[in-house]
Amino acid sequence: MTEPTIFEMSRPNRTGVRFPEPDVPETDLPQEFLREDLPLPEISENEVVRHFTNISQYNHAVDIGFYPLGSCTMKYNPKINEQTARLPGFSLVHPLQPEVTTQGSLGLMYELQQWLAAISGFDAVTLQPAAGAHGELTGVLIIRAYHRSRGEKKRNKMLVPDSAHGTNPATSAMSGMEMVELPSDERGNVDLDALEAECDDTLAGLMITNPNTLGLFDENIEEACRLVHEAGGLVYGDGANLNALLGICRPRENGIDVMHFNLHKTFSTPHGGGGPGSGPVGVIEELAPFLPAPVVDIVKEGDQDTPPLYGLVTPSETIGRVKAFHGHFGMHVRALTYMLSLGGNGLRDVAMTAVLNANYLQALVKDTYHIPYDRLCMHEFVAEGAWDDAPDVRALDVSKRIIDFGFHPPTNYFPLIVPEALMIEPTETETKETLDRFAEVLKQIAEEARENPELLLEAPHDAPFGRLDEVKAAKELILKTELPEDYGDEV
Amino acid sequence: MYTPHTPAEREEMLKTIGVEGIEELFQCLPSTDKFPDLGLPENMTEMEVLSEMAYIASVNETVQELTSFLGAGAYNHYIPAAVDAILQRGEFYTAYTPYQPEIAQGTLQAIFEYQSLIAALTGMDVSNASHYDGATAVAEAVNMAYHRFRERRKRFVISPRLHPHYRATIHTYMEGMDLDIVGEDLDPNCGTEELIKLINDDTALVMVQYPDFFGRIYDFTELGKVAHEHKAMFGVHVNPIALGMLKPPSEFDADIVTGEGQPLGVPLSYGGPYLGLFATKKQYVRKMAGRLAGETVDTRGQRGYVLTLNTREQHIRREQATSNICTNQGLIALASTVYLSLLGKNGLQDLARLNYQKAHYAAEQLNTVPGFHVNMEIPFFNEFVLHCPVPAEEVNEMLLPYDILGGYDLSQDYPGMTHELLVAVTEMNDRAEIDYLVEVLEEESYD
Repeated sequence: MTEPTIFEMSRPNRTGVRFPEPDVPETDLPQEFLREDLPLPEISENEVVRHFTNISQYNHAVDIGFYPLGSCTMKYNPKINEQTARLPGFSLVHPLQPEVTTQGSLGLMYELQQWLAAISGFDAVTLQPAAGAHGELTGVLIIRAYHRSRGEKKRNKMLVPDSAHGTNPATSAMSGMEMVELPSDERGNVDLDALEAECDDTLAGLMITNPNTLGLFDENIEEACRLVHEAGGLVYGDGANLNALLGICRPRENGIDVMHFNLHKTFSTPHGGGGPGSGPVGVIEELAPFLPAPVVDIVKEGDQDTPPLYGLVTPSETIGRVKAFHGHFGMHVRALTYMLSLGGNGLRDVAMTAVLNANYLQALVKDTYHIPYDRLCMHEFVAEGAWDDAPDVRALDVSKRIIDFGFHPPTNYFPLIVPEALMIEPTETETKETLDRFAEVLKQIAEEARENPELLLEAPHDAPFGRLDEVKAAKELILKTELPEDYGDEV
Repeated sequence: MYTPHTPAEREEMLKTIGVEGIEELFQCLPSTDKFPDLGLPENMTEMEVLSEMAYIASVNETVQELTSFLGAGAYNHYIPAAVDAILQRGEFYTAYTPYQPEIAQGTLQAIFEYQSLIAALTGMDVSNASHYDGATAVAEAVNMAYHRFRERRKRFVISPRLHPHYRATIHTYMEGMDLDIVGEDLDPNCGTEELIKLINDDTALVMVQYPDFFGRIYDFTELGKVAHEHKAMFGVHVNPIALGMLKPPSEFDADIVTGEGQPLGVPLSYGGPYLGLFATKKQYVRKMAGRLAGETVDTRGQRGYVLTLNTREQHIRREQATSNICTNQGLIALASTVYLSLLGKNGLQDLARLNYQKAHYAAEQLNTVPGFHVNMEIPFFNEFVLHCPVPAEEVNEMLLPYDILGGYDLSQDYPGMTHELLVAVTEMNDRAEIDYLVEVLEEESYD
């Protein structure tokens, strides 16, 4: 039984909300500007609430169960974060109000910048980017602007390891850079020889994810950064996997020059079914003048009796704006709430427990699933979801079968350098019982793959929906629905 | 708190892994700066955190406490209670991008309904699953037009009355592309014929705002026609509430419609997260960036939805992708979907008219104050330019002690417009508030 769409539920002249009658004289726009038809659905409030509640039941979510989706850090989203973000003092503030009326927001953003700087070792932070990919774009544009400010226009080559997330190459292309892919070595680190061979005077920089998407700490990170710096390049750090490093080490100390944070991964702001995220960017001192405008700073120091005055300032050589206003402030509130709750020690405990959980789970399943890089992992690990003696079964089938046990599957087919990849990130908020149960399920599925592969090939069996026909969707391209042609005729 | 293990469990887990202590898990890290002291405060209890955050929030003055006539791209509208009730469902907000459609049909159907609503509202064939905000949606429109002509057409005609933040964002996004962006330095009060003069055969996109940054409504039929005569694309950025009454941009033959979705049930929240609307014609669907949900069936014959046309996107195309966008504004798109479902046809029509009428009442009343002037000749929606007898900055400073946010000082973006205040009026401003503004300005007697 599937839920009808809101367009199918519509009946003429129903509505879910009414507005007050005008308390001013009625004036009307000239007819020539008015639209003839507004084909929106008409539904009562009760039906709207039921509809969205009903479809919500088709979702898996962190609040429902284990969600080990690699590289996404699907940790628990504390409820207090939602409460603080909804405080009227935060939610009912207009972004263009005079700064004297928004000292709370500005102070909060300043404090968040300070926390992120302390965690990462960077000297300056912007909170403006809206998501991780947006932070990447910001960071690469900063690198580009830095080289140009020094008259080095030919520095246009961006190195990206083959294990990188797809946004890295797309970002470098979008910024007008030429991308060169670097191979990984046999331990899953960036290949230093290949890197060194590309280090010339056209080098703009290196985009590196550490821990990388194999869940491994890149053992060559310091040497890779040194080589890039020696050649006059800068190192961009993709902070997607920062959860493993909180209080463990600071990316800046490893040699990273500019990095984005994913507040929606590391700092527990909810993923929201695909957004909104938040992707602040931290930089070393030399790059601070290039940050997008505006950033928050103290414009007048405080003293014993008066708090400092915060303001929005434009860095001297700014790359400009990357979006309207000041960033996803609602996410800033949630992230700072989380940081204050945990404190410095709590953040280190997050990283340690995330790494403990991933290694524990890896230890439990590594006899059953091939682990291509058999090392201690960081916050996640990559296993292969295929076996020589189960030739019909692919990683996707393993994933679909996992659904039957009430878990969300791992990330499939990524990173690209591991065939039939299952990328598993348990996060620190899961119990040992959950990890034990998940490992048992993975082992059972491995057994089924050999003995009863149909169980996997036809999975899921216990989900509200079976496998969906993606080919049909792409071929027919039904991207919307609308009210029926004869809608309202009978009234 | 958020990490559950007991010390005994930790020991057991370490034993299973085969290491002595938890520090051993980090043995491959460089020895420099390992386990640094971050110099950060100790943890706090939930009670303490709430108290601290409530204090910080109390330092702000809100549009509830103040009488606000601020708009300029973010508007104070009423949000029905049911919107947030749905957003607070963990099934929605603690899920991620629907990579596994069998257990994500809630998110996918909501995106499909969102796309349907935005298509209906704008009159366009297809909408994507959303961008970060209005500014980035416009930047993506520029990016799309640039790639549509395979990077050969360099001219972009941009209205000076496109939101200044959006124009700035276009420049940042396209910095590496060597574009010829024209139109921004025209007289900010110019008519569409001035934009028409700039269109040539090298033009990739003509981009306007509707109602524009000054709240004004123009008929863009001719502009769209001329753009198409030169085979350029025509883009229109909208305020979705205004489309409750205004002709949809499809009637101007727009190729791309972008919008700031914040007015559709999204709190002001000091500037974000908001919602970037993006819709286009069917023939351009493969050129459009961003996620898309499409209808299909499952193995049991049930109607369902999946993310489709993924081959346009970065995770498949990598450096060949035209945009690096990875996600959409999921939960905010959901907010606007619930909001539009609740209002429906009649609700949105009533709301648009209410905004229109209140703004016109305010403009007419302000026109009676000596020294102040609103041009009533050019139609406007819920926002208008108020000419003041003294610099707008001074008017705002004078109003603040009366707890009034007068509007947006246009000299911040248009250096010649020192005496112009951009005033927004929505359903949240009752007649008494408008009369109060007028009264205070009269008392101040600038003439």
